[in-house]
Amino acid sequence: MMTLKVNGQDHKIDADPDTPLLYVLREDLKLNAAKFGCGLGQCGACTVIVDGKAVLSCVTPLLLLEGKKVTTLEGLGTVETPAPIQRAFIEEQAAQCGYCIAGMMMRAQALLARNSKPTDAEIRAELQLNLCRCGTHMRILRAVHRASHLMQTADASPAQRSAP
Amino acid sequence: MNGPVLLNRRGVLAGGGALIVSFSLGDAFADEQSAAPAPKPPGSLAQTPYLDAWIRIDADGTITALTGKAELGQGFKTAFQQIAAEELDVPFKSVNVVTADTRRTANEGYTSGSNSMKYSGTAIQNAAAQVRELLIAEAARRLELPAESLKTADAAVIAPDGRKLGYGELVAGDMLHVQAQPKSKLKDPATYSIMGQPVPRVDIPAKVTGGAAYIQDMRLPGMVHARVVRPPSYGAELVAPDSASVENLPGVVKVVRDGNFLAVVATKEYQAVKAMRALASRAKWRETARLPKQDDLPNVITGLPSQDTTIYTQSNPSATATKIIEASYTRPYQAHGSIGPSCAVAQSVNDAMTVWTHTQGVYPDRAGIAEMLRVPPTSVRLIHVEGSGCYGHNGADDAAADAALIARAMPGIPVRVQWMREQEHAWEPFGPAMVTKLKASLDGDGAIVDWNFEVWSNTHSMRPGGAGSMLAAQQMAQPFALPAPKPLPLPEGGGDRNAIPFYKFPNAKVVHHFIPKMPLRISAMRALGAYHNVFSIESFMDELAVAAGADPVEFRLKHLEDARGRDVIEKAAKEFGWQKGQKAPPDRGYGFAFARYKNLAAYCAIATEVEVNRQSGRPRLVRAVAAVDSGQVVNPDGLTNQIEGAILQSMSWTLYESVTFDDVRITSIDWQTYPILRFDAVPDKVDVHIINRPGQPFLGSGETGQGPAAASIANAIADATGKRLRDLPLTRKRIKGAIDA
Repeated sequence: MMTLKVNGQDHKIDADPDTPLLYVLREDLKLNAAKFGCGLGQCGACTVIVDGKAVLSCVTPLLLLEGKKVTTLEGLGTVETPAPIQRAFIEEQAAQCGYCIAGMMMRAQALLARNSKPTDAEIRAELQLNLCRCGTHMRILRAVHRASHLMQTADASPAQRSAP
Repeated sequence: MNGPVLLNRRGVLAGGGALIVSFSLGDAFADEQSAAPAPKPPGSLAQTPYLDAWIRIDADGTITALTGKAELGQGFKTAFQQIAAEELDVPFKSVNVVTADTRRTANEGYTSGSNSMKYSGTAIQNAAAQVRELLIAEAARRLELPAESLKTADAAVIAPDGRKLGYGELVAGDMLHVQAQPKSKLKDPATYSIMGQPVPRVDIPAKVTGGAAYIQDMRLPGMVHARVVRPPSYGAELVAPDSASVENLPGVVKVVRDGNFLAVVATKEYQAVKAMRALASRAKWRETARLPKQDDLPNVITGLPSQDTTIYTQSNPSATATKIIEASYTRPYQAHGSIGPSCAVAQSVNDAMTVWTHTQGVYPDRAGIAEMLRVPPTSVRLIHVEGSGCYGHNGADDAAADAALIARAMPGIPVRVQWMREQEHAWEPFGPAMVTKLKASLDGDGAIVDWNFEVWSNTHSMRPGGAGSMLAAQQMAQPFALPAPKPLPLPEGGGDRNAIPFYKFPNAKVVHHFIPKMPLRISAMRALGAYHNVFSIESFMDELAVAAGADPVEFRLKHLEDARGRDVIEKAAKEFGWQKGQKAPPDRGYGFAFARYKNLAAYCAIATEVEVNRQSGRPRLVRAVAAVDSGQVVNPDGLTNQIEGAILQSMSWTLYESVTFDDVRITSIDWQTYPILRFDAVPDKVDVHIINRPGQPFLGSGETGQGPAAASIANAIADATGKRLRDLPLTRKRIKGAIDA
């Protein structure tokens, strides 16, 4: 039994220490966003943020996560109150099947957290690890740029966020 | 009195007679009825004519549109909601769309061939329009007003004096359980307020916030997790499973063995993964070397016995040739490569089997599963739940069969089967390898006078219907044999899809060499044979244009009569900035290609600019400009999204992808061994220009871009390097080899 901090909440987890984080998130915590794509760290569908860094949850065993903060897409916002990255992906309609999108968003979120105005080349380099099979790449790039813009707008005028 | 003959008895009773008299749709039908065989209503209404199979309105005003097609990420669920809302005259948000379910929706076969808009969209459009007319008629009866004086808006019928009757109030009993008329009073496209708008997709909010959106996200109470241990190669036989030691592993509930079918079930998912690995490492299989030589694939393909059919001839002996050109093009086996491996959930309760699946055909898949379980189809229900994008027949149906077979052994308990990455890559049915041989001649004016096209291919569909199409049924102790492959009939075709030129040539001959023997497991992959046939035709058109000293765009227009085809070519050329005699910057090239998908669906022309690194041979698509005519546009952003995706995916197939194998096993089993497009190769810009055709039939769009994108890129590489590559994929190595040759 270990404690895992996910999206700001502590959870008691009863799973073997070698269990990849992905299975704990999906099965024990019933979180849908992180996806099983390869189990090999090759596609990025399982990407989550651990202590501010994008991490492939399918190849990260539970035992490495003691005392660390895990953030999944669910922790960023909701349908009713979407985070800038979520708003941006909705506004750009940046999905076809959408299976890879949660992973794309988490990697982009980690990038934007450390570099609020990334260049197109920086976004591409960051997302190089993540695969999309539907060919939604152009929209994904646009959505990350839009998220960057939304975050700056929100930071510049915090009053607007609380406006009705 | 006319029209009422088609109204169902219950409809007559519910309507009380007056409804029928004032039901104006009958007039058009009566006129046509006298001309012998009764015309059928359009789209899938022809097979499933009852209006309430498509549109339902409850007394509380709830409106449901139903489709037998499966949402695969193409976004048609949103488009169908737009169509229903538009023709019913109700707000977009008030319609709920229900997709493929053998208990609830019509049998529309497979969701394939870019046919969802054409068949299901058309059915929903006409059913909605006819339901609206029925509601107006009923309101006219109740209000004692002529139907012509009534209007509809916001889910209500409104009288000139302001009286209003909501749709929910108007619907009584089985009023909508009537057969569709052959013709509908469709709205004038000029009045559309919902159709034609870029309405945001209904499924995206859940997908970007972690909502339950996929079959992989299903969690039923008491559900257990299964993993299948697939054989290491085609036809391998299980000699010794050694299941005893695995049964004692933590969480393991059961090991299921049925002949060569081997699976393990555990209470927690990762326990199932670990048990699967243990079981796989201890199982002994007898394998046979039966795969062809990969490095000699084109000769293997053309050397297999074939059934040869001349599918097209055109003759005009007066044309005289002065120059003859020949070329052969090849395509390897390619993988659908869904990002999410296949998954299914099944539960057997009191001998009734329910399977949740991302299959493209709930009804045919049900038939296959029922046959495999040796039970009547009525005792099996299949419910479509979205999966990862499939782009054709991937592992979805097999995973559904796996789940059903395991669930049968565990009555009452929901069983979730999740394939592993290597299983999807090794066991999915691939897009078939193909070879084409072309020969054409030009006259003194640089016009094509003679065109010969031959294509060698397997079938392009081994989809279920029969149990033998599914791995589990093939691997059982009492196995089902793989059904005999059949060529898919023209005009849509399979290996010969788009093999007949859409251009007009005085002399032409097209031969389809259908190859029944399938060295690798194959089936339908997005665009079927059209991907390679259009790649071949449109590459060859450029080779001929070079021989004729003509501009590629001009050369195409010279041989094309079809006005809508000419329009998309001219549109793409114009928006790209295509100019006769243009010269691309150093190490760059311009390419162009065009096709009308299946020669009967959407038109698509794509211009590209490609950069080639002469030192490494590495190609990069810099920009693409597409023009598409898909008939009446329902959701322009959805259409654009499909074409953008087609260009990027086809680029990945075209530049990088081939299934690899040795003489025993498939060796491309993950993203390392089967590389696809990554962000470093994503173009700078992709522009899609839509030519809307108000009031024209929906032509679909899912597959129309695959062939033109491939050929346009190949033509741009030839323009950049001066070398023509004819063997897919056009890899860095092959380009480098051609440059150095």
